[in-house]
Amino acid sequence: MGALFANIDWLEIARASRDTLLMLGGSMVLTVLFGVPLGVLLYLSGRGRLAANPVLNAGLSLVVNILRSVPFIILLIVMLPVTVMLVGTSLGVAGAIPPLVVGAAPFYARLVETALREVDKGVVEATQAMGGSTFQIVTRALLPEAMPGVIAGATVTAIALVSYTAMAGVVGAGGLGDLAIRFGYQRFQTDVMVVTVVLLLLLVQALQMLGDRLVAAVSHR
Amino acid sequence: MIRLEGVTKRFRSAAGERVALDGVDLTVAAGQVFGVVGRSGAGKSTLIRTINLLERPDEGRVTVDGEEITALAPAELRAARRRIGMIFQHFNLLNAKTIAENVAFPLRLEGRPGAEVDRRVAELLERLGLTEHARKHPAQLSGGQKQRVGIARALATGPKVLLCDEATSALDPETTDDILNLLDQLNRELGLTIVLITHQMEVVRRVCDRVAVLKDGRVVEEGATADVFLHPKHPATQAMLAEGEEAFDVTLAPVGGRLAKLTFRGGSTYEPELSRVARSVGVDYSILSGRISRIRGEPYGQLVVAFTGGDAEAAVAQLSARGVVVEAA
Repeated sequence: MGALFANIDWLEIARASRDTLLMLGGSMVLTVLFGVPLGVLLYLSGRGRLAANPVLNAGLSLVVNILRSVPFIILLIVMLPVTVMLVGTSLGVAGAIPPLVVGAAPFYARLVETALREVDKGVVEATQAMGGSTFQIVTRALLPEAMPGVIAGATVTAIALVSYTAMAGVVGAGGLGDLAIRFGYQRFQTDVMVVTVVLLLLLVQALQMLGDRLVAAVSHR
Repeated sequence: MIRLEGVTKRFRSAAGERVALDGVDLTVAAGQVFGVVGRSGAGKSTLIRTINLLERPDEGRVTVDGEEITALAPAELRAARRRIGMIFQHFNLLNAKTIAENVAFPLRLEGRPGAEVDRRVAELLERLGLTEHARKHPAQLSGGQKQRVGIARALATGPKVLLCDEATSALDPETTDDILNLLDQLNRELGLTIVLITHQMEVVRRVCDRVAVLKDGRVVEEGATADVFLHPKHPATQAMLAEGEEAFDVTLAPVGGRLAKLTFRGGSTYEPELSRVARSVGVDYSILSGRISRIRGEPYGQLVVAFTGGDAEAAVAQLSARGVVVEAA
């Protein structure tokens, strides 16, 4: 055992795991908080929708596309001044969360928009005919009906965030991915690489299973 | 109860402008079952949607229960919509909610207190025979049951008017019958005014007091169902009525003599008028085509006959005198 994992500092691994989970948790909560309203706005302002607004839709769409086309590693650096302004530091877990959210929220917003588009227009029409306001239609009919897609999208986004966090080492955020790059890759410590990758795999697997179960629980088709 | 005045709706698209409704005037009296028939693309769906303003007309006025719907502010319109129930071809139930929650939905939107909602929902489920399905989700029900849920939901807020958008078009004939009986019952028991659009003439025949025929966004014929069905005037109506029947041109029948279309209505349907007249005048007749049925419960018979071997004109005169409508076939 000792020879097999000669380079492994288990305390380091534990700290890295904690950092990954903190980054993932923090950025996921904020991604949902920003992504859902943004996705709803993209949907509502779309052609033929309840609050069709071509100018707003084109504007939002452009911003989302720009953010989605910037590679995350670049976003991390470009965002430095904004990050400092928002959280007071550009370093560590706190410094990684703003770029993670800016990278993931537009992606998630698109997934939310797609899930909402899947909802039968008739449901919207029926709710309207019952005297529902636009806000009620969104919160009481559209989002609950789209919930399986919204959750499946959150699962995909969370897993994408796991791989984004690996790059957050650039700003000293740490985490498992960072450990894999610095020790496993740059110092040829294969054992560190194996352990971190296995832990990341377990994390991804757990996220996917959780997501699938939640989707199954809210699906009534 | 419902009045449409000069209602015009145009749709603009890349292909240009299309007039869906072209100056439609209609009046539906309280307690009536009013049918609007037409082929797809005639404007039926748009027409029924102007009544609760799911489609806002470009011109014209819509009045429901004395309230000019087209002049309401958004909040007032939402309140007015709660007084107009609507059911749909594809039911449009919320799949994520249970049957009870679906029926409760309009009451929840209105912000009614929980105890009142529960009581009302229980009452409606009972009335529509859905109690045992309360905790199921729509995907677990058959089409007919889903439409019953749709009706329960539409009735939850106690509307005076029910709009039916092709409500039976996705159902098999037996289930269609069941839903039509239900609509008929609601109309009689609750005094509900019902407007239904359909391309199925049979639906109109079964439940409608009055019918309007829509073609290219215009009302081309309107009247009491029996009048329109037995004596259609507009070619569009005649064509739609002829569709269900077997195509058969009686004028090609290899018989001589005077052809006549005879319509018996009400009690005279069951009287042996034709044979009495034939005996007294001394003519023979061959029946070339015929139908005996009911329109909204009123029995009628319609026969095409050829009179031979006697004074056909005298027979026609006697039949007319006995209340049988005689037309050229």
